[in-house]
Amino acid sequence: MTAARAKLGGQVLAVALVAALLALLIWKVARGSGQTATPANFTLSRLDRPGKLSLASLRGKVVVVNFWASWCIPCKKESPRFEAAWKRYRSQGLVVVGIDANDFSSDARKFAAHYHLTYPLLHDGSGKTLGPYGVTGFPETRFIDRRGRFVGEHVIGQISSSRLEKNIEKALRS
Amino acid sequence: MRLLVLLAVAALLAAPAAAGDRPSLAKLEAEIICPVCHTTLDQSDSPIALRMKGFIKQRIAAGDSESQIKSKLVAQFGEAVLASPPRKGFNLLAWWLPIAGIAAGAAALGFGAWRWSRGRESSGAGGEGPLEPELERRLDEELARFES
Repeated sequence: MTAARAKLGGQVLAVALVAALLALLIWKVARGSGQTATPANFTLSRLDRPGKLSLASLRGKVVVVNFWASWCIPCKKESPRFEAAWKRYRSQGLVVVGIDANDFSSDARKFAAHYHLTYPLLHDGSGKTLGPYGVTGFPETRFIDRRGRFVGEHVIGQISSSRLEKNIEKALRS
Repeated sequence: MRLLVLLAVAALLAAPAAAGDRPSLAKLEAEIICPVCHTTLDQSDSPIALRMKGFIKQRIAAGDSESQIKSKLVAQFGEAVLASPPRKGFNLLAWWLPIAGIAAGAAALGFGAWRWSRGRESSGAGGEGPLEPELERRLDEELARFES
């Protein structure tokens, strides 16, 4: 009787373990890369000044989020384009946010000084924002409208000035 | 099995003592993960991995200890930069669960072996019980005939 009970208990435990592993697999597959349909909020330390900046605090503005790193070669070429766009469109309610990920903050500061970047620069050393924004490499750029929705293209790789302006104007209109 | 468990515990206890020694570049490269390629630094030549190797060299030259170098890297890249989780708080589970699993497996095996041997003993003991009266009577007759 006791042996039969122990055997049954073992079988129940084994089935429960298999079910738990299956549930974990389904959850992981359903979650995918962690990319979200709407822009996930983030709060990150600023590189250009002390303190933090969150995406939520920019609601009502058009936000260009550029993911970069100081060791990324194409980032060197495109950063002056973001600086130019920031200067040109900021009076219309545009904010360019550069998220420096998987990088040393000291290197990022040197990079910003070298390229005379004045738009908000944030540090995400562990790269926790990359998954929710679907970022798989550097540089990548996303556009967010005044209502906090993704708009325009998800640009993978270096962005041209014309493509940047086209997406900004689309975001400003939406 | 006991020896294995003892060796694992000894390795766990010896590691913190070793951490206080002068840091070695090769050892740190094997214990730090490149945040872009997700392999240890010694297996990666990506730009950030090369930069991190340079940083470690600089910090060793500056006289930092292994734990100081690791702390600085964690401050920049988060705890995921460590190939093995730190031995504190919830992370202790990662260190002790395998040992607990091995111990539980050994205990289960031991218990199973004990039950199996006990079962054999009890089935063997069945042959040594008192004989049935009829059989005993016949045996006595046979023995009496043999002796006469």
